[in-house]
Amino acid sequence: MKNKKFAIGLYDDEDVLKAGITSIQNKGQEIFDVYTPYPVHGLENVFFVPRSRLPIAAFCFGCLGLSLAFLMIWYMITYDWPMDIGGKPNFPIVSFIPICFEWTVLFASFGMGFTFFMANRLIPFSTPRIMDERATDDRFVVAIEVTDNNESSVADLIRQSGAVEVKYKTF
Amino acid sequence: MHESIIRKPLVTGTPDMHTVTEDICRPVESTPSKAWWIGFSLAFAGFILWLVSFGYTAWVGLGAWGLNKTVGWAWDITNFVWWVGIGHAGTLISAVLLLFRQSWRNSINRSAEAMTIFAVICAATYILAHMGRPWLAYWAFPLPNQFGSLWVNFNSPLIWDVFAISTYFSVSCLFWYVGLLPDIATVRDRATGVRKQVYSVLSFGWTSSARSWIRFESISLILSGISTPLVLSVHTIVSFDFATSVIPGWHTTIFPPYFVAGAIFSGFAMVQTLLLVARVVLKLENYITLYHIELMNIIILVTGSIVGVAYLTELFIAWYSGVEYEQYAFLNRVSGPYWWAYWLMMTCNVISPQLMWFKKLRTSLVFTFIISIVVNIGMWFERFVIIVTSLHRDYLPSSWAMFTPTIVDVGLYVGSIGLFFTLFLLFIRFLPSVAMAEVKLLLKHSSEEAKNKAKKHAHPTHQPVEGNVVIATTATIKKGESNEE
Repeated sequence: MKNKKFAIGLYDDEDVLKAGITSIQNKGQEIFDVYTPYPVHGLENVFFVPRSRLPIAAFCFGCLGLSLAFLMIWYMITYDWPMDIGGKPNFPIVSFIPICFEWTVLFASFGMGFTFFMANRLIPFSTPRIMDERATDDRFVVAIEVTDNNESSVADLIRQSGAVEVKYKTF
Repeated sequence: MHESIIRKPLVTGTPDMHTVTEDICRPVESTPSKAWWIGFSLAFAGFILWLVSFGYTAWVGLGAWGLNKTVGWAWDITNFVWWVGIGHAGTLISAVLLLFRQSWRNSINRSAEAMTIFAVICAATYILAHMGRPWLAYWAFPLPNQFGSLWVNFNSPLIWDVFAISTYFSVSCLFWYVGLLPDIATVRDRATGVRKQVYSVLSFGWTSSARSWIRFESISLILSGISTPLVLSVHTIVSFDFATSVIPGWHTTIFPPYFVAGAIFSGFAMVQTLLLVARVVLKLENYITLYHIELMNIIILVTGSIVGVAYLTELFIAWYSGVEYEQYAFLNRVSGPYWWAYWLMMTCNVISPQLMWFKKLRTSLVFTFIISIVVNIGMWFERFVIIVTSLHRDYLPSSWAMFTPTIVDVGLYVGSIGLFFTLFLLFIRFLPSVAMAEVKLLLKHSSEEAKNKAKKHAHPTHQPVEGNVVIATTATIKKGESNEE
């Protein structure tokens, strides 16, 4: 696989980062990704990250859990082996409620959890592209993919946008 | 997000983002302190006691406990309900407080969630032991078997409990681990050698990219949304184990809300016990502040009051129902052979939290620590009173009996506390005990430094001044330190 080269700008404040991203984008330069030590609220409006569709996944998996629980209980105590326990009915729908609820939550959580891990490509033993290790500490990082032709101009652009440090990294 | 400048700061001192990382990673990166080793040795001794007691019970059977034909449930279910209740505060802090946008949860949610998981593990051990033959525990699950098409009884609250507790445990683990990912990545990025490799695997390759954060916040919010009814359902279903029976003293409609309030009450007391020790031992006073302690004390006061009202309501309804068995069950609780347990429960749970009305007391660390222990003792007795006093005198006076715990009962209980603290101490040794990323989020608008700056700029608006001055002040705020995020 061909190596990619990135120009990396480090910022020390979230407001400077947001202004910096806007100024870089206004100059027509595409940003590969932004890395921050905590979730910066409002960044999605500047960097145009699409809204997460995890709620849809959660809803679908929740419906699946609800249906499976209902079918399971119905099959086991109403269809396959109906039993007279204390004169209780064989299709006691009220007794279904607790387990149906629990499986709705279980499937919604884990279905959404797996979707979250897949969407973020979070896999044990994976080797992620770490642009700068301080992105998980105290620096806000902007990464821009560069070629040999434009790397110096991109670095200047990042510096002008308020970055306290600029460096290159190849993956 | 706006936050009132007159609210107390959630991070004291003047730490910046790097200091937060340093402070919170220190216990994970340095060799354990003497205090940690002393605590761990004691806890581990308790864990060994638990292993011996559990092993002995599995070997000889439930005859090792003090149960008899009349009192068929005693310390096992008392301890089970007590531990499950303790676990509830963790989910409450991480889920309900997140839904209500209470930022003060950010410093305490990690330890509280860990507490939940370890408490539920302790609770599960009692269910397992109480089955008598723990190796057949899988019979509680609806698995195809060799006895014909014989399935579990879905009408039974005990089966609902199996599903509720296993779902609660799994979802709590997921919630906790997803929240841990960014902080494990921080530890990974600072580590070297084998530690780096281990934390790399544990971090799942988290890069802290903006896209990941959006999804992270989304999953946190939805998990909170679905964990909130989950946590209420779990203790409601635990209460159904009693409430759907025909035993006087158990068969009451107040049980679900009363159990949930009691769970939050005891859970917060345990969070207080743990955090009061952890903040001193791990030197986290700037992140787990007196304000946090005070807010949790207010929750203890509110839930303690709800529990108090529930006790009185139970007494009233027993009298008002006109059912003589119900009336006798409560008369027996109040003045029977276990009167001392009932009045200990009333003193610990109803009177002691009311002292939190006094600001001086609820902001005193020593007093809070004492009350947190008192509440935990009281809540254990609440479960003991409900279970043992209702069972020991049933409909048939000839079968009335008393319950006396054996040394194995005591060993299992004390041992489970050892198991809990062993797990908790290992957690604070190997994983960040405060959510670093979430605390860094507070620095901009809720730290002591940010509050002071905001107050300095906003001061003129508090005075009756002309419009143009107010406009100037607003401009200053916008230009200076923004409170928005």
